[in-house]
Formats: sequence, C-alpha cells, structure tokens
Amino acid sequence: MKRVYPDKEYCIGCHLCELACITAHSTSQDLIIAYRDERTSSGLSPCKRVFEKGDTCVAISCRHCDEPSCVAACISGGLHKDPETGRTVYDRDKCVGCWSCLMACPYGAIRRHPIENKIVKCDLCEGRAEGPACVQACPNAALKYEER
Amino acid sequence: MKYVIIGNGIASIGAIEGIRKVDAENEILVIGSEDSPAYGRPLISYLLAGKIGPDRLSLRPAEFYKKSNVTLKLGTTVTAIDTKARTVTTDSGESIGYENLLVATGGIPFTPPIPGADGKDVYNFTNLSHAQTLISKAREIKRAVVIGGGLIGLKAGESLFDRGVEVTILELSPRILSLAFDENAASLAGNRLAEVGLDVRCGVSAKEIQRDSAGNIKGVHLTDGDFLQTDVVVIAIGVVPDYGLAKASGIEVDRGIRVDDHMRTSAPDVYAAGDVAQARDLLYGDDRVIPIWTNAYNQGFCAGKNMAGDTVRFLGSLAMNSISFYGLPTISVGTVNPPEDDGSYRISAVLDEKKKSYRKLVFQDDHLVGYVLVGDIDMAGMYTAFVKFQMPIPEESRRQLMAGEPDVLMWPDDFFRETWNPGNHDQDS
Repeated sequence: MKRVYPDKEYCIGCHLCELACITAHSTSQDLIIAYRDERTSSGLSPCKRVFEKGDTCVAISCRHCDEPSCVAACISGGLHKDPETGRTVYDRDKCVGCWSCLMACPYGAIRRHPIENKIVKCDLCEGRAEGPACVQACPNAALKYEER
Repeated sequence: MKYVIIGNGIASIGAIEGIRKVDAENEILVIGSEDSPAYGRPLISYLLAGKIGPDRLSLRPAEFYKKSNVTLKLGTTVTAIDTKARTVTTDSGESIGYENLLVATGGIPFTPPIPGADGKDVYNFTNLSHAQTLISKAREIKRAVVIGGGLIGLKAGESLFDRGVEVTILELSPRILSLAFDENAASLAGNRLAEVGLDVRCGVSAKEIQRDSAGNIKGVHLTDGDFLQTDVVVIAIGVVPDYGLAKASGIEVDRGIRVDDHMRTSAPDVYAAGDVAQARDLLYGDDRVIPIWTNAYNQGFCAGKNMAGDTVRFLGSLAMNSISFYGLPTISVGTVNPPEDDGSYRISAVLDEKKKSYRKLVFQDDHLVGYVLVGDIDMAGMYTAFVKFQMPIPEESRRQLMAGEPDVLMWPDDFFRETWNPGNHDQDS
C-alpha cells in the first residue's frame, strides 16, 4: 500500500504539513478559517507532528503499520485494519476515549482531541483526489507518498 | 475443521486476524459460551455507566465474520477436548474435529472465601450479563460495596456511582491499583474519585457479608471493625485463568496454560492465548499470566499465524494500563515499582499535585523499563517505544526523557530509518 514516508534529511521544519492537514480536515477547507476559527471552536488539530532537534526536523504521522499496536490495544473496535486497503481505519463514533491506542502506539502518532473525548489520527486524507495534503504541501519533498 | 477456536473474546479476534494474514481460504469455527459476537469486555463499564448503548459493544463490524469466513457457534460451551482424537465436545453433545485448536477461554472472576458471600445480591463484573444484571439492579438499590480496588473494581464502582448508587470501594492493599500505580499516582487518582463523591477505602477488606433471616444483604463487616450498610456487594478481586477444560484433557498447566514462544501448548496443534495463557514476559523473560487486553490480542494474533502455518515468535507480553478517573487520565506501562534493594534501577519522578500531574520513569541500567503518567499523557506512546523496543538511552537522551520530552529524533539512526523511511538508504551514503 502507499504510505507517507518522512525524510529528515530534507525536512526543514516549516510546519506547512500541519497547516495543510488542518485545512484538509476542516469544514471550511480554508486555511485561515480553519486555523483561526475551527481550531478554537471545534478543536480541529493536525494529525502530523513536527519534531525538531538542532538542525534536524521530521514530520511524522500514523504509519498505517501492517500489524498496528493501536488496533491490538483498542477496546471499542474504533480502530481496525482494513484488509482491502491496508489502512488503519479510525471509526470516530466507536471511540470511547480510553487512550489505550495512544499508550500502545510506539510511534507517537495518536493524539487526544483537544475538546472531545476522542483521538486524532491520520486517515491519509481518504477521498481527497490529490492524495495526502501534507505531501502536496511539503516545499522540500521531505514527505513522499509512495509504495515501497 | 481446519481451525477451531474456543472462546470469543479479544484473543479470539486476534487469532482470526492472525490466521487470515496467512490463510485466506480455510474456514474458521469460533465456539463461544456467551450469546453475542465478540464485544469489548472493558466496555461493560461504559455500558453500566450509561455512556454507551448496547449497539456500540461489538469489536468488529457485523460483516467481519462473513468476510473473514468465520462460523460462530454461540451460546455453546465446550465440555471436553480430546487431544488424541483431535476433537472437541460441546454441551449439546456435538463432537467437532479440528486440525488446529486455540484455547482462548480467558479468565473467571476470583472469589475469595468471605462468609455470607454465598447467596443473592453478590455479583461479579467481568462479562456482559454481569453488567446487564447490575444495570437493572441499580434502579432499585441505594448502596453498593465493591470489594477490590483494581481495574475491574474501580470501573465497577465508578459506573454504579454514575447510575446514582452510593458506592464504597474496598482495597486490601495500601493503595488502589497497587500493581500499576505507586503511592503518588494512586493518591492523585484516589483524590479525584473522592472529589466526585466515591468512597474509596484502602488497607481494609470485607470480613463478612451480613444477611437477615430471609437471606437479604444487610451490610458488610470490615476487617477494621467498621460496618457498611449495603444492598449489593460486587466482588472484583481479579480473574484467574479458566484452564479447567485444558487441564482435564491433559494439556500442561501451571498458573495458566503453558505455552512456548509460538503459543503452542504441550498438545500437538493445540495453542492457547489470552488471559488463560502463561506466556513469555517481554521485560522479565519468564512465563507469566498477564491478563491484559493488548497481550490477549497479540497472543491470539501470534497463535493464529502459527496455526495457519507461519512460524512467528511471540515478542512477549508487556503490562500496560490506561484508565481515566472522571477526566483524569492515567497510563502505566512495564515495571512501575521495581524492587527497592536492586541498585540497577533508577527512578525519575515529577509530581505536581496542583496540576494533578505526575510522571515517573523507571530506568534499569541504560534502558527505560516502565513509566506512569497521570494527567499529561499525550506523549505516552513515545515512552512506550523506549520500553518496547528496548533501545539503549544515552545520558543526554535520558535527561530529555526525564524532562518529559520524548522524541523520535532520539532514536538510534538505523532504527529511525528502518521505522520511518525504509528503502531509502542510498541517498544517505
């Protein structure tokens, strides 16, 4: 399956991937409205996380692991592996906010929704014709969406 | 039948998904004694609390079993395993042949001998029918005493309280969740429960359940001499492996069903997984029964793959708990309370009582072997990485971890690349 691969040799830590992620997952589909309004009103937050250490940066999100620890840990059936697409799928309606997935994912790719008792996790921008917004927005091609 | 699974919990789901990784064809038969498709057992506390309806209990979508070519035989109890004839017998007298068998019968509530415990209105809280009973009971009762301040007891107490019942939880050890917590974590969580109005008493247990001449519960005599009036008692001390069936068929049993590192039991082509199994512990290397959700899934998954002809080793169980107390989240992983006289352990702990925040990291030599987080849990998984992958931690990284700033850039370069950017080696050279 195609995944997003982050390359720390190229990442400049600009956080544009986070902004693109927020916009893609917003109701308005507008960066300014998403960032200024939806972020505070509905707790809209990015599925990406940029890490920086000196000059080195990297932007990570869910790896859609072949055998994900989060799915093993999920008590509600809110996370499961789609055998057809290979994606680790999150069903928001089933999530009870127990944070077991957040505890189990060793890649730190799951975060708490700031307002609701739910998690936030990358869905690879499912349904978006151009593919993951973070990859499209990355100015230095540090994020690649490909089959390996 | 190519695959037969006894038990219909999370280990069974893991096994189905493990088998299907390797074998997409052959039919799987799951025999479960309860009447519903596999549900999230921990969800019964959410159900009892009224936070979710029965429609949200199922662990997998309805089409899962059909798509996975699984036949469910529910409401059926297996009464015997014949490891020579390779058959299982059910309570309806049916005999079913197997090529590969998984025993995933889970645990049964442990009930200590308390005078007066035999009789009505004493309950357990480990399956759906227990929850349903307590939901209907909660409408007519005022008070409940929960015996046991572990995960099950706290969740039972909390959800009864949410139904409007006055609840007292009794915990014999000096603190709640004594295995997963230390004193600081337990006191933050305990204070949160007390703020809400839940009565939690530690260092005390039930000496006797007092009943009137008609057999109705009057109250509970405590070991400290106190007496608590109550309408019901919930015994939630813990679970013990339900291995009777396996033992009777000659399968080797110790504290649980003994399995090797491929989840095989002593009988050919018979595997075990979940709360019934005694499997390798990731940190200690010995075999233990660790009745924890993720282990059950992982063991089932590993067993499933091996049953289907793959050869995979079980990585080992890792104790982990995530539990929230009225909005106060807590996470505990691995070794939390190392032996005090063992100099190889070093502990870093930061407590902020005002913020209700606590972080304890347990290092052994140059490895992180466990942690507890209360309040700010957002980085939990990144600590788990260091425990799970047993990455050595240089001094500089240790300081960063102790400051509460775990980071993927702290990982060894090779490991980072293999994890995050595999297949991209050339350009670095």
